[in-house]
Amino acid sequence: MLSGPKTRNLRLPTAVGENNMPLYAERPPLPSDDKRWRIVNGTMRKHGYSRNALIETLHTVQSSFGFLDEPAIKFVAQSLRVPLSQAYGVVTFYHFFSLKPPGRHTCTICTGTACYIKGSDKLVAETEKLLHIKPGQTTPDGEVSFTTARCVGACGRAPVTLLDGELSGQMEAAELKAQLERWTTQ
Amino acid sequence: MNAEELEQIAEAAHAERAKFDYEVNVCMGTGCLSQHSDKVKAAIEKEAAGCGKKCHVRRTGCMGLCAAGPMVLMEPSEMRYGHVHEGDAKEVIASLGGEPVARLDPHLGGYFDGQNHVVLENSGHIDPEKIEEYIARGGYEALVKALTDMNPASVIEQISKSGLRGRGGGGYPTGLKWDTVAKVKGAQKYVICNGDEGDPGAFMDRSVLESDPQRVIEGMAIAAYAIGATKGYIYVRAEYPLAVQRLTVALQQARRRGFLGNGICETTFSFDIDIRLGAGAFVCGEETALIASIEGKRGTPRPRPPYPAVSGLWGDPTLINNVETFANVPPIIRNGGEWFSSMGTARSKGTKVFALTGKIQRTGLVEVPMGMTLRQIIFGIGGGVPDGRKFKAVQTGGPSGGCLPEEHLDLSISYDALISAGSMMGSGGMIVMDDTSCMVSVARFFMEFCMTESCGKCVPCRAGTVQMYELLSKICAGEATHRDLNQLVELCEVVGATSLCGLGQTAPNPVLSTLRYFKHEYLAHIDEKRCPAGVCELSPAAVEVHA
Repeated sequence: MLSGPKTRNLRLPTAVGENNMPLYAERPPLPSDDKRWRIVNGTMRKHGYSRNALIETLHTVQSSFGFLDEPAIKFVAQSLRVPLSQAYGVVTFYHFFSLKPPGRHTCTICTGTACYIKGSDKLVAETEKLLHIKPGQTTPDGEVSFTTARCVGACGRAPVTLLDGELSGQMEAAELKAQLERWTTQ
Repeated sequence: MNAEELEQIAEAAHAERAKFDYEVNVCMGTGCLSQHSDKVKAAIEKEAAGCGKKCHVRRTGCMGLCAAGPMVLMEPSEMRYGHVHEGDAKEVIASLGGEPVARLDPHLGGYFDGQNHVVLENSGHIDPEKIEEYIARGGYEALVKALTDMNPASVIEQISKSGLRGRGGGGYPTGLKWDTVAKVKGAQKYVICNGDEGDPGAFMDRSVLESDPQRVIEGMAIAAYAIGATKGYIYVRAEYPLAVQRLTVALQQARRRGFLGNGICETTFSFDIDIRLGAGAFVCGEETALIASIEGKRGTPRPRPPYPAVSGLWGDPTLINNVETFANVPPIIRNGGEWFSSMGTARSKGTKVFALTGKIQRTGLVEVPMGMTLRQIIFGIGGGVPDGRKFKAVQTGGPSGGCLPEEHLDLSISYDALISAGSMMGSGGMIVMDDTSCMVSVARFFMEFCMTESCGKCVPCRAGTVQMYELLSKICAGEATHRDLNQLVELCEVVGATSLCGLGQTAPNPVLSTLRYFKHEYLAHIDEKRCPAGVCELSPAAVEVHA
């Protein structure tokens, strides 16, 4: 292993590794003293700061912070010696990663085939009407984020919603509306 | 670990079970958990503690019939209850050793009659987070047998003899794939389990990983021994948190028991597995895209050859199989290839797990021998279409498959029969539609899916899916002409023939199959400006011009 905690401050400017990135490049300092960065660093250390760990590390950032902002992507890219363009490309390629902070509550409606056949489009329309936002957006007051999912694999219970991460099956428009109203009028 | 030690673990687990007269298994799969089966389990445990009967309450994985959740299975009577709520705990416990509670529908409409559980043999019977319970039901016997009594070539021979074909949808003969990777020379080889179950409407892999994760690990270890790999990856969707959690626990337990790591079963064979999380890209189900994703890159496919068997993960020979394929391996090695090939049809052997959903009475997972007809599955096991509506079509194969109408209900299920009918096996989603579904809208739904999920690398898929989607939208709105329809058909041919990977090559299938069987619906939208199912909102201008 060429890199690791012990070789952290070594510099050998002539040595060139993957992607013409200098080996032994100094790792960037933690973006802030937020303890969650240590969790992120832990993931990278577990994978020996290998470039392959990019997606795994981004998962850790998203699960710790809820989303990926510019300082986070820069920090991960520099730590793993991945070009920033590549890191940004990965973040925007995968639907699971979000560049925007989530609202206080999240409403996800599954729009997989089984849910579609059981009328999830009506649930989506109902939510759009009630919150005045489109899927992928958050209400201006930051209360509710609204997303659609490709399939959460609970097709036996279609149509399915994830309200604050909790899965509910055989969702009726009225039930969903009542829940959203509870969130928005609090 | 050797055969004797394995037997000791199994005996200890059996002795533990023998302390109880009754066992009550509560389904804690995703479907039942969403109906608070955890609370049901707690209530039954509380009731069992004070009832005076020797009764063990167990958390298990999916029992199959999601429509009747939360589900409970009693052993040794094999009696099942559906729709069990906290308040039913007393009656459930009271019925042990006595009359079943008729109110809780103990027969569940004959859902389990006619099924043949091979992959799902342990689902609903064992605690997925206890390796001992897996071993007690014959788990890891196959790995020990392979490592101690068989050489890699004879393992591959048994897999070839079984006639097992890839369960991810392609149907490539598994034995042939293993043989190819085994013959390629390379110091480092990899085994990858494709758990990126992206087909909307399919949840077989999720259920297997949640209910019986050790089975997949054992299958992968046997594969690694057969081809000479030392490192494995399981690629799971991040949308399946429970599967990831149970798999993580299972890997730790397998390592602790010495089924993974260095010198497995006192041999020189070493193998370990890591989990890699998907991040919500359907295209990553394609093998070269999946490999790119494990390497930490964007999940874009690359042209084949070279196939992953020759140049896969980091350029090394790599074996990729689906979750269900690996789950079939331990019973094949345990019982021999001939046992497996005695089930199924001439060219499609064994059983297949299907996710039965949509407009059907009993939704859930079914495992049936290949060769069963669609009618037997949909109307026999699934109980047919609810609310007195009429069956219209069944969709198989996800966005790569097609819709089959009523006249194909007597089709025997096999890889080849489904392809010749214009659909495909796919990973096993089976979505039933009734006469309230508009087939043009359904085709448009799938095209929208392919359009959004196209990775953008090759032009036919990136641009073609958009154009096809727009043409379908035009038809749905009643604004299309016959010229548009012809152009749609032409685009289907071009995109199917010239796309780089399976996503684009099969994206036209939902359109082509609906055009083949439901052309009158397309024509009704175009010529009569009406939607026969009453789903599409036709543009008022188009309707007015027609009138």
